[in-house]
Amino acid sequence: MNCHLCQKNPTKAVIILQHGALCKSHFLHYFEERVFKTINKYRLIERNDRLCVAASGGKDSQTVLYLTKKYLENYKIPATLEALAIDEGIDGYREKTLVDLKQFCKKLNVPLTIVSFQEALGKPLDEAYPLVNKDTKKKPCNVCGVWRRYLLNKYAKQKGATKVVTGHNLDDEAQATIMNIFKAHTKLAGRLGPVSGTEELDTFAQRVKPLYFCPEKEVRLYALLKEFQIQFGECPYAREGFRHDIQEMLNTFEHKYPGTKQGIINSFLALMPLLKENKEKEDNQKIKVCNSCGEAANHEMCNACKIKEVLDAAK
Amino acid sequence: MKLQVKNERENSLKKIVFAGTTVQELLKQLKINPETVIVVRNNEVITEDEELKDKEQIELLSVISGG
Repeated sequence: MNCHLCQKNPTKAVIILQHGALCKSHFLHYFEERVFKTINKYRLIERNDRLCVAASGGKDSQTVLYLTKKYLENYKIPATLEALAIDEGIDGYREKTLVDLKQFCKKLNVPLTIVSFQEALGKPLDEAYPLVNKDTKKKPCNVCGVWRRYLLNKYAKQKGATKVVTGHNLDDEAQATIMNIFKAHTKLAGRLGPVSGTEELDTFAQRVKPLYFCPEKEVRLYALLKEFQIQFGECPYAREGFRHDIQEMLNTFEHKYPGTKQGIINSFLALMPLLKENKEKEDNQKIKVCNSCGEAANHEMCNACKIKEVLDAAK
Repeated sequence: MKLQVKNERENSLKKIVFAGTTVQELLKQLKINPETVIVVRNNEVITEDEELKDKEQIELLSVISGG
């Protein structure tokens, strides 16, 4: 199939979208425009921001890092930009993506900081997870998710970041929305959307998601066509998680009923003002300071310290 | 026709006998959801309607990665 925009010089398409097929050049332009429109519409980046990109070296974080830098340059925005990576300590997986990330940051001239579970919390995930699981039955993704969010927030704040830029794409967000509905986590639903967290709280760095409207397949295609150095890597724990089943279900639906993921996001966005309003009311009443580490917490102790406490007791 | 299929996610290279003609039919035969792969031939991304030829090598890049 040829690109529907290249009418004078027929060019082979690289993707077929619902509104037509696009060649490499038109797809790259379309993708970048959508990311920049998302940033503008939701005011994800402002002139005085100090941006910290949560990076792993995979397709999503390389794409969001590259496009955030391009956005700042195109719009002549003086916001500062750096990258922060969390090394969970997953043997045979994370070290590969970090090699790619280091090279990518060097090429883009973006400073990179790497914080590991080992140095910040005492053990890599591979060692921590079986000990924590023994007492709590928590799955690796539960431990990893809590600690990753904790360290990203803590170190971004330490660096003086006003915003954490993440590579969450449309698939990630559609999955999270359905996961929250299936588990009746209505409070967590208030944390989704192109902007999450609140700027009023000193203990939280606001998170912004420029790839919010980009399907995962398009992010992979963009990274491929831009020739970003990305080794294929899948977390060895990924297939154990609840998210994996939701991901497969949504991909099956998307294939059979195109537009499903976008539909989920549109429904969420229609409800978002109500969810955010409820969450802000609750946050103002409930956000506390962890009595162990001083970071934000919903209870006397934050979830990261609770896991660490179980781990310390298991030693 | 015979094809060589390189699958990034499985880290495999297999020779298969393909009964159809298009990429879409190939993915159906391999029971792979098109949402989860990008199909490459001779270093060029191809769409699902593209016709395949005997003895070609096709690469299936995984859309899903990370955690």
